[in-house]
Amino acid sequence: MTHSTLPLFALLPSLVGAILILLTGERHRNLREFWTLAASVSKFAIIWSMLPMVLEGKVLGVEVLEIVPGVGLELKVDAFGLIFALLASGLWIVVSLYSIGYMRGLKEHAQTRYFFCFAMAIFGAVGVALAGNLLTLYLFYEILTVATFPLVAHKETEEAMRAGRKYLAYLLTGATLVLFSIVLTFSLTGTLEFTPGGFLSGTASKAILSLLFVTYILGFGSKAAVMPILEWLPSAMVAPTPVSALLHAVAVVKAGVFCVLRVILYVFGPKLLTDLGLWLPLAFFVSVTVIGANLLALAQDHLKRRLAFSTINNLSVIILGAALLSHDAVRGALLHIPFHGFMKITLFMCAGAIYVKTRQDLISTMDGVGRQMPFTMGAFALASAGLCGIPPVCGFISKWYLCLGAIEAKEVFFLGVFILSALLDAAYFFPIVYAAFFKPPKHDQIKPHFDDASPWLLVPIGITALGSMVLGLFPNLSLRFFDLAGQVMKAVLAGG
Amino acid sequence: MGIMAQLPALIVVTPLLLAFLVYLVGIFRPRLSYPLVLLGTSLSFIFSLGILYQVLHSSAPLSYHLGGWEPPWGIEYRIDHLNALVLAAVAAVAWLVVLFAKGLVDREIELQKQPHLYTLLLLEITGLFGITVTGDMFNLYVLLEIASFSAYALIAMGGRGAAFAAFRYVIFGTIGACAYLLSVGYLYILSGSLNMADLKGIIPGLLHSKALLVGFAFMVMGVGIKMGIFPLHSWLPDAYTLAPSAVAALLAPLFTKVGAYVIVRVTYGVFPLSFSVKDYPAAEALGWLAIGGVIFGCVMALAQRDLKRMLCYLIVAEMGYILMGVATGNRTGITGAVLHIVNDAFMMACLFTVVGAIHYVRGTRDLDDLKYLHIQMPLTSAVLVVGGLAVVGIPPLCGFFSKWYLILGAVEARRWGMVAVLLLSSLLNAIVFFRLIERAYLEVQPAEAFVPNGGTHLKVKLDSLPKGMIFSLLLLASALLFLGLFSGTIVKEIIYPFVNGL
Repeated sequence: MTHSTLPLFALLPSLVGAILILLTGERHRNLREFWTLAASVSKFAIIWSMLPMVLEGKVLGVEVLEIVPGVGLELKVDAFGLIFALLASGLWIVVSLYSIGYMRGLKEHAQTRYFFCFAMAIFGAVGVALAGNLLTLYLFYEILTVATFPLVAHKETEEAMRAGRKYLAYLLTGATLVLFSIVLTFSLTGTLEFTPGGFLSGTASKAILSLLFVTYILGFGSKAAVMPILEWLPSAMVAPTPVSALLHAVAVVKAGVFCVLRVILYVFGPKLLTDLGLWLPLAFFVSVTVIGANLLALAQDHLKRRLAFSTINNLSVIILGAALLSHDAVRGALLHIPFHGFMKITLFMCAGAIYVKTRQDLISTMDGVGRQMPFTMGAFALASAGLCGIPPVCGFISKWYLCLGAIEAKEVFFLGVFILSALLDAAYFFPIVYAAFFKPPKHDQIKPHFDDASPWLLVPIGITALGSMVLGLFPNLSLRFFDLAGQVMKAVLAGG
Repeated sequence: MGIMAQLPALIVVTPLLLAFLVYLVGIFRPRLSYPLVLLGTSLSFIFSLGILYQVLHSSAPLSYHLGGWEPPWGIEYRIDHLNALVLAAVAAVAWLVVLFAKGLVDREIELQKQPHLYTLLLLEITGLFGITVTGDMFNLYVLLEIASFSAYALIAMGGRGAAFAAFRYVIFGTIGACAYLLSVGYLYILSGSLNMADLKGIIPGLLHSKALLVGFAFMVMGVGIKMGIFPLHSWLPDAYTLAPSAVAALLAPLFTKVGAYVIVRVTYGVFPLSFSVKDYPAAEALGWLAIGGVIFGCVMALAQRDLKRMLCYLIVAEMGYILMGVATGNRTGITGAVLHIVNDAFMMACLFTVVGAIHYVRGTRDLDDLKYLHIQMPLTSAVLVVGGLAVVGIPPLCGFFSKWYLILGAVEARRWGMVAVLLLSSLLNAIVFFRLIERAYLEVQPAEAFVPNGGTHLKVKLDSLPKGMIFSLLLLASALLFLGLFSGTIVKEIIYPFVNGL
């Protein structure tokens, strides 16, 4: 591990930014928004600056405090953490622009609280990405959970409050299970340090390790919305759209998936999971979610809820890929984390733009909206094609590797799961695109002439839509997701 | 050395003498009494830091012989890492609460009576410090009674019903005191000694004696009543709810914690570790009481509408946590118990002061009257969030770290029931506090009434509280954060030396 204080500085901008936002408040709105943008840009720049060193194979780390004797508050940047950190901080810039347009466009209340919590949530998410051991991870995981609660309940309607309570009930219960697992791990091994290929091997009987695995997966699974603990996510769609976009497509739920993958690859390790035979039950468990979520998505008329179920599907696809433990499947899963983030955030931002412009959130009333908002719906069509795995959008690349991985693992069943899930994706995305462009407007809010959303909303949508396309054509461009994923794959599968 | 060597006596004598002075001055100049109290607590806080410094830099415990009589005949004040830590925490919290108390006392107590209250407050603090520093079983009894009698009188100064609650407390407290005194009697008859360090050497030779067991049981029962262990807690919610707010903010966090300190000291510092864990299933029994207490406290807290009463039940639960750590009987669990004594003193002080501040501004403590709190009292609401999250156990606030050691200790002891209750109680606490946070920060509106009001933001002004109150609230909240961040250091430097010596 190379000692470096860069990871600490990568965390600070959002924390400092959050405090400045709170102090500035409603009196100087432009200054407040400036803090958000300044924090997001500097955060991304610092994280990006670590990329070359990590690509050389270095692990940058710093231990700040010894919070429990033997376990430090430790930040460690490896390739896996960097993938998630780059994704979360990069998209934060885009969504900040979008948030400003969205919140001002709708004249939302309590914007200071909103931007403060947003910054704190990113602080938590990037902290999860850069955490070097389980206790540090748990610390940021809880910060993320708590900071997101006011965002879910933002509207303060009965429905929003219920969604907020539900969110807390699911996630805090999950966190409790996680805490139990971490304590048990510590009492078994005396260490919590992430190690490529795992560190639990040979520390306890098979039964105890299996129990531990179950509590870990259920605990972190609550945030990753695996079936049957997913109900909070569709309910949380009552939050303002930028929240759904960044937190419920990228930061929060991806943090859940990230933690599950950390446990699979860095705590248990592929070898131990194969020895215990635990990967197969996990794969079946998440396959149910993969297919089930997509079937449920078909039945949703509320656009954001449909997107939420699609998110649930994709999160489980990632876990399934990691559970297969073959080279290509792990690579595919790792690539799907950022790629899905780019595509899904585009879709959510489109849904938000439609809402700001026409106040429609039901799919059945959106007929003909493509004529009014061609740019928005064009981006929507592009991103949804990507999620179905159509080249040249980036979803194709990750799904390609996932399918290759299923073949490599000689698991035809799970290959079928991947393909069926892609087909179902098409079945619920394309009718939206078709109706938007080819059906005449039904609702009087939807105008037959060109009247697209404001540039504040369109520019971020354009960036992420083009981004998904560029990542599909050149998956290794500038952010180097492909190399990073390869590096993780080698380290993890060799380490076990 | 000079004054440094006298600190163990000074920390008790200073508030004691000032108590008399406050009373005398108060007869002529009632307004002068508060500055004297503040002076007393500030001095003792400085003294406690001095003692902590000395303990950390010396190899043996500090030993102070009162009147120059050699122990075990004379009274010895004996301070090792455990007392030094608890003493510093108690002194710090007492100082912060006294800093906070001025406004509340002015509001609730008429000027002529204030010197009485302040006198008793100083006597109370004297008793608490004394219990913490003394190394003599009988001297501990005396100081326990000084603290208790001051507490009875202080509580009786509250509003309607306080006298009755105080009377109930007197009955319970006296039974507890009797039990403790009996236990001291048993130990004295068996061993011929009252000095704790001396007893620690003698007791291993008496383990066959049934009388020793009876003495131990009386001890736990007596202290248990004083600290409000479930099911001996029933005096606690009434007494602390009806007491004047400033008194409750001092007594509720501190008296119970000092009691918890005595339990730790007696079960592991006077009796050998193996006695409490292996020879008799004391730890086992205490464990079940603790489990009961935690569940009972959390559930009852959920049922309360009065914020202060809610906190009182939470204290019953928190005492359960500490007792659990004691009952695990392993070093990790005891570490958790000691750390929780410190953390909980600060957490409860923080929450009681928050409730005091709300009562000060709004004149109500009802759960449903928290609406728009974040606009009227932004700082207080923020401190409420910090305190609440600390109790729930959200890292990096301090409550998480004591829970960490407690759960780890319970896992090591293979007491899965305890593990389950520790985890479950965090969730119950989360319900308690998110209910408050929700009411303070979010206004529930029916769906159709929702109008985005981006233009009309209510003006946020800082809380209209006296400066001392604001200062104390902010210090308490930041203490919760720093105790959490530096808990590793506290555990390593202060608690491990004590625990490893068992």
